[in-house]
Amino acid sequence: MNRSDFSLLVNNKDIIYFDNGATTLKPKCVIDSIDDYYNNYSVNVHRGEYDLSFKADEIYNEARENVAKFINAKSNEIIFTSGTTDSINFVVDGFMKSYLHEGDEVLITYAEHASNVLPWFNLVNDIHIKVSYIPLDSNYHVTLDNVKKSITKNTKVISLAGITNVIGDVRPIKEICILAHKNNILVLEDGAQSVPHMKCDVKDSDVDFLCFSGHKMCGPTGIGVLYIKESLEDKLKPVRLGGGMNESFDSPSDICLKDAPIRYEAGTPNIAGIIGLNSAVKYLSSIGMDKIHEHECMLKTHLVKRLKEYKYIKLLNNINDSGIVSFNIDNIFSQDVGYYLNKYHICVRTGNHCAKILKYETNVTQTVRVSLYFYNTIEEIDKLCDLLSDYDKIRKEMII
Amino acid sequence: MDIETKREILTENYSNPYNKVDKEPTGNYIMENSSNDSCIDNINVYVDIEDNIIKDIKFTGEACAISTASTSIMIKNMIGMNLEDASKYIDNFTNMIYEKPYIDEHFEEALAFDETYKQGNRRTCATLPYRAIKKIIEDYKNNKNN
Repeated sequence: MNRSDFSLLVNNKDIIYFDNGATTLKPKCVIDSIDDYYNNYSVNVHRGEYDLSFKADEIYNEARENVAKFINAKSNEIIFTSGTTDSINFVVDGFMKSYLHEGDEVLITYAEHASNVLPWFNLVNDIHIKVSYIPLDSNYHVTLDNVKKSITKNTKVISLAGITNVIGDVRPIKEICILAHKNNILVLEDGAQSVPHMKCDVKDSDVDFLCFSGHKMCGPTGIGVLYIKESLEDKLKPVRLGGGMNESFDSPSDICLKDAPIRYEAGTPNIAGIIGLNSAVKYLSSIGMDKIHEHECMLKTHLVKRLKEYKYIKLLNNINDSGIVSFNIDNIFSQDVGYYLNKYHICVRTGNHCAKILKYETNVTQTVRVSLYFYNTIEEIDKLCDLLSDYDKIRKEMII
Repeated sequence: MDIETKREILTENYSNPYNKVDKEPTGNYIMENSSNDSCIDNINVYVDIEDNIIKDIKFTGEACAISTASTSIMIKNMIGMNLEDASKYIDNFTNMIYEKPYIDEHFEEALAFDETYKQGNRRTCATLPYRAIKKIIEDYKNNKNN
């Protein structure tokens, strides 16, 4: 789908890009909008009375509206950050550090990305909260039943990826929110792998925080989003202070901040990044998130079917509704598989994918990961599988 | 050295790495960990030095084919070297990997890496054990001087 929108694919017919979980390719419309900003109105926002600044303001505000619309939020619930990592750290430092107290419990899983583990570990060290792990089922999925069993009287937060970056399972966030909210528990969704790939509706799921990155959804690097439910905004403290976010100040006892979300965006924002993200959400919406998800699931089903033909290939995740497939080849280090595939211009990710404690569930320390997006094709998957169909060839060519 | 010979050497050293052990060896070994940021190569190198001579080297851990083969070959080549020759050998090998002038005496199987510079991030794989042993030798010399 839409391959002609991507210059990298048009200009490099031999490249097969299967590392979309790490970052996605950028369509021409996104690049053009950033180019247009830098070439034609590269001025600051909220600063001047002149026409160029007004134009920058308009697009900047439009971006917030469009991003809000993309996840069915209100625009004042959208805070621009540098990415998912920044967003989660913001919630932990700006909200949870004062909301949680010694002995309070945060539930995560061993399948989370480092960004949804380390900020919580920091709170364990700083204010002595407890991090506990929801057990995964035999497919390494989160079940509602296991969430229910993991909740204790001390549980205050459940923080989970909407889709995990190695297993690729789609978590039942809406059902988890219903259960959590009945028990006065807040829910944070790490949306890095979910928002770019399927329809996310914060009103429907009722999630309290949603964090995601622009660059994993056809946008530029360095821009991300923190969605925070309006009713919780009062409890979020700015973690950075400076220009743009204050109404007035005179002395330490006389500081007046602007309303949310501007109060959380100190300094000159990443204007080009926000403009690029605006184009990306408009672009994805024009294709349709349901259509994107459907296409990825179709590709993934074909990929799994083909990989299962080879007994030396061990899939970590057979069953999921996303475009992430992780596997190993008997007696071959994942990095060597990556090196072999690179000879044929196939880009895959190898290693632990920043999910460094997943091994406690899977007993596997590393995998080859294929992460798909809407511009991937059945033909590309067949080429990958054909290359993996000859074990001796892999063993021979992985070396040199 | 032709490509088939190189492939044979590297495959053999990857499949049967010399002095790779499952557990930390006992004795007077100095240990240094070496890992690569870009992947999950992670090995511990153990070196026994007596009277400025490398008596033994062993390693544990998990690493890709190139890192494992490079460690195996390094161990074969460096056991028995005095520290001065060892330092020269490390510098020469590193220079070869990064396409700088080098002297190839004593390289033997290590010459299989003479074109690794063409393979981008595999340069860090090939030099993985050398970073560890270099640190061990430096620390040993510093401790001796103190």
